[in-house]
Amino acid sequence: MMENVLNMLPTWLAFSPLLGAMLLLLVPQKRTGWLKRLGILATFPPLVLALLLYGTFHSGMDSVQFEHRLQWFEIPLSGGASWELTYHMGVDGLSMPLVVMATVVATLAAFASTYIQKRQKEYFLFFLILEMGMLGVFLAQNLFLFFLFFEITLVSLYFLIGIWGFVHRERAANQFLLYNGLGSAFLLISLVGLLVLFGTLDFNQLQELSDHPRTKGVLSQSPLKEIVWGIFLSMVVAFGIKLPIFPFHRWMLKVHTEAPPAVVMVHSGVLLKMGAYGLIRFGVQLFPDQMRTIATTLAVLGLVNILYGAVLAFVQQDLKRVLAYASISHMGIILFGVASANVSGLTGAVFQAVSHGLISAVLFFFIASLVDRAGTTEIGKLGGMARSAPVLTGVFLAGGLALLGLPGMSGFVSEFLVFVGLFQQEPALAAVGILGLVLTAAYTLRAVLATGFGPLKSRLSDITDIKPSEAAPMLMLLAFILLIGVYPDVLGEPIKATMQMIASRIGG
Amino acid sequence: MEKYLLDYNWTVMAPELTILVAAALLTVIDLLMKKETDRRILGWMGIMAVATAGAFTLWRVGKPPYEILSDTYRVDDFALAFKLILLAGTALVLLAFLREIRKEGEHVGGEYIYLLLTALLGGMILTSSADLITLFVGLELLSLSSYVLACIRRKRLPSNEAAWKYFITGSVSSAFILYGMSFVYGLSGTTNLYMAQKRLYEAFNSGYESFVLLSLFLMLLGFGFKVASAPFHMWVPDVYQGAPTPVTAFLAVVSKTAAFAFVLRVLLVTYLFLYETGPWQDVVGPALLVLSAVSMVVGNTGALRQSQTKRLMAYSSVAHAGYLLVPLAVISGGMLFESTVYYLMAYLLMTLGAFTVLNVVEQDGKTGDVAAFAGLSRRNPLLAVAMTVFLVSLAGIPVTAGFFGKFYILIHAITGQTFWIAAVMVITTVISYFYYFKIIRMMYFRPSSKGRFAIPFGAVAVILVSLTGTIFFGLFPQWTLDFIGQLDWVSTLSPVGTQHQ
Repeated sequence: MMENVLNMLPTWLAFSPLLGAMLLLLVPQKRTGWLKRLGILATFPPLVLALLLYGTFHSGMDSVQFEHRLQWFEIPLSGGASWELTYHMGVDGLSMPLVVMATVVATLAAFASTYIQKRQKEYFLFFLILEMGMLGVFLAQNLFLFFLFFEITLVSLYFLIGIWGFVHRERAANQFLLYNGLGSAFLLISLVGLLVLFGTLDFNQLQELSDHPRTKGVLSQSPLKEIVWGIFLSMVVAFGIKLPIFPFHRWMLKVHTEAPPAVVMVHSGVLLKMGAYGLIRFGVQLFPDQMRTIATTLAVLGLVNILYGAVLAFVQQDLKRVLAYASISHMGIILFGVASANVSGLTGAVFQAVSHGLISAVLFFFIASLVDRAGTTEIGKLGGMARSAPVLTGVFLAGGLALLGLPGMSGFVSEFLVFVGLFQQEPALAAVGILGLVLTAAYTLRAVLATGFGPLKSRLSDITDIKPSEAAPMLMLLAFILLIGVYPDVLGEPIKATMQMIASRIGG
Repeated sequence: MEKYLLDYNWTVMAPELTILVAAALLTVIDLLMKKETDRRILGWMGIMAVATAGAFTLWRVGKPPYEILSDTYRVDDFALAFKLILLAGTALVLLAFLREIRKEGEHVGGEYIYLLLTALLGGMILTSSADLITLFVGLELLSLSSYVLACIRRKRLPSNEAAWKYFITGSVSSAFILYGMSFVYGLSGTTNLYMAQKRLYEAFNSGYESFVLLSLFLMLLGFGFKVASAPFHMWVPDVYQGAPTPVTAFLAVVSKTAAFAFVLRVLLVTYLFLYETGPWQDVVGPALLVLSAVSMVVGNTGALRQSQTKRLMAYSSVAHAGYLLVPLAVISGGMLFESTVYYLMAYLLMTLGAFTVLNVVEQDGKTGDVAAFAGLSRRNPLLAVAMTVFLVSLAGIPVTAGFFGKFYILIHAITGQTFWIAAVMVITTVISYFYYFKIIRMMYFRPSSKGRFAIPFGAVAVILVSLTGTIFFGLFPQWTLDFIGQLDWVSTLSPVGTQHQ
């Protein structure tokens, strides 16, 4: 009995945001105070369940845990056969940390959502649907289900950007929709291709089938070989747009600058990681051979991301854009990790996904509070904030230090692991990539110094310092960042077995 | 053995007879009623008739195919599936637009209802025909009723213009179909589809290939008009915009479904030998693929520039004709009937839902511009949610019936190894996000000074039905898949005699 309840944990977890959403529907539009409180409270059930998941997770296992599997529907084929699509949820070492990170970021983003000024009821409804979507993406064990949740995040985020964003919100929302719609299209094509090829979309069945020596033999011959390559590449493009990989990054800049900061916390913190997750799950785990072939290309793309993001972050005049380019740069590190195709690199990629999620969240929480106080994020109009709001500036500084990878914070661990991994495979690229870390320090410190120090600008002179309701979530995020930085095993131990399994598939 | 009229099992035609009797009765009742009397009662009677016919149709499902009237009329699972869609579509149109029956002080009375019924009857005959003559009679009954329906608001100029354009283009397309049929008759000496198949095959093998193909392409040309596929779509935006909204909804759903039933029947029964002998793969398949791809591209890019909601929906309808052509064009995918019928069903629900919302919103806003939707999320939040679901479904985003329909078609296309059409389909789908979300942007992102408005009962009912259906069939497709799966499609391809004697 207990076993069954625990096995349904991923289902409960994924749909738990809806509980709060239902309650929200009952609160009248005008009771904004209640709406905000309820909106924050609604993110606690997923958080609690995610922590429960972390607590009951078996660290030594490399397979999927808490499996919950139901028949869903079958597509009949001629001759009485059929393709069965299942409702299949579960969690393994790759998805567990991302789930926990997603719930943490979502709860704290809900705190940051109290800055939202209008239509709070709808806001929290979309927000909670978004949370359901992103949890579902990480928990689904069936590609069809994964796709459904993936699309739910797309639609709900569209509304969140378009209604509550800054001035150019509609353009940002449209660009987001079209780019990500294109990504989904690629994903859909490869999904259907996999279904037709293998007759199933369950992750573990796909993996078993593609591992089978006979299937391997069949698939290595033309024309199936080319079809498999097509499926694989369109998946890489789909997740490459999401991550984003260099030429596909424009939409993400727009979202970073135009979406409300609370939504950017989730977007930059969690949604971009869906790209990373997809690359590891479907790229490395499902198509190890193809992945090995394009590893060098991916590493080059990663390098481009790192340097391009870092250089452009250095010249931006708007804090939001600095952080947007910083995100591009940091996603390059994930690409490095994926490309290195060994335990260290892949573990580093997951560390980077979690760590960057938390760091992004804290930085955009700061942006949210800054917008609320100063009404601008332009570096030229800011300065000397440390005098009027020392604690708030301190939080920004701490977040910045985490971003540049200060030892003792989570960013350092992930970058260290990734570079250890990549130096074994592509020492030259890794060496150039190190340059990116230097640049990171440069642009981060530039942003922090220009905002916090120097002459005090008039619009910052009488702002209030951090409030307890802001301090608690921000400090909580920083605590997580420090925890991973000081004691990496808290994250490393549960994911170890899965990472070894995935790395062994690709031969690292 | 000679068969007499009463030897036939007439119960197989119960649905058609019900509609026929109802249409005739309503005509008479309408004549006898006073001019001022509310005609809505006729609407309810029409709905009852359609529901009864639906019950008869359901009752017939799963029984072996039956041919009646010297094998000109054929009741098989193929026909029944399409008839159910036609009946459901008409019932929902009648229900959604009950209020329309008396409006603007104009005398739009019973004729609206019984013309819908005769058009429906035409569609039903079309789906069940096993003979070129019956096919053409059904087609013309449907078309003529539709022409009159398009100009049912006699005093409105746009309505007249629409009807005129529809009449001209529709007649031309009928002429093409008839011309094509004449070649079939000329080559085979028969109007029976199954006999024609055999004899066309013989003609094909004795040096008349080009004539066989000519007859097929002439019919395809006319068919292109009827399903509103590009490049035969020029009439669509004008007619959709000018015709009264209920009629537009009817054209978009019922006419299109009937036309698809027509082309599937004719192509698969009469010309299937082309698949075995080769020209299908060389000529017919590619032609259909091009037709489909052009429709998707033209429909989805044409809609981008529209600011009138109904014109936008017209281009969207062209695009959907393109999607619907994919299964037929990639015939080797193995799910031709299943995916077409599923998509038509999903298309029925989401399109009728969208048109119903569109109608109430336009009547409140007194404008056909997309701007009529401004701020709907605050004026009528639930209506806005419903419209969002319909549009998201039309755009093929999960978790909706429209998504599953597209998914099904994609499976078919990729199983048939025609990857480029799958690519065109998903990419134009992404383009379509832009204009479907244009309406969503209006509803959610733009303010409005207007207040809440009331929605008539019939419209509420239809919106609820469509909404539930769109979400339910998207989340749990199994129910429909089972139903479609149990139908006997293969028997469609051969005459009754060869199987059941």
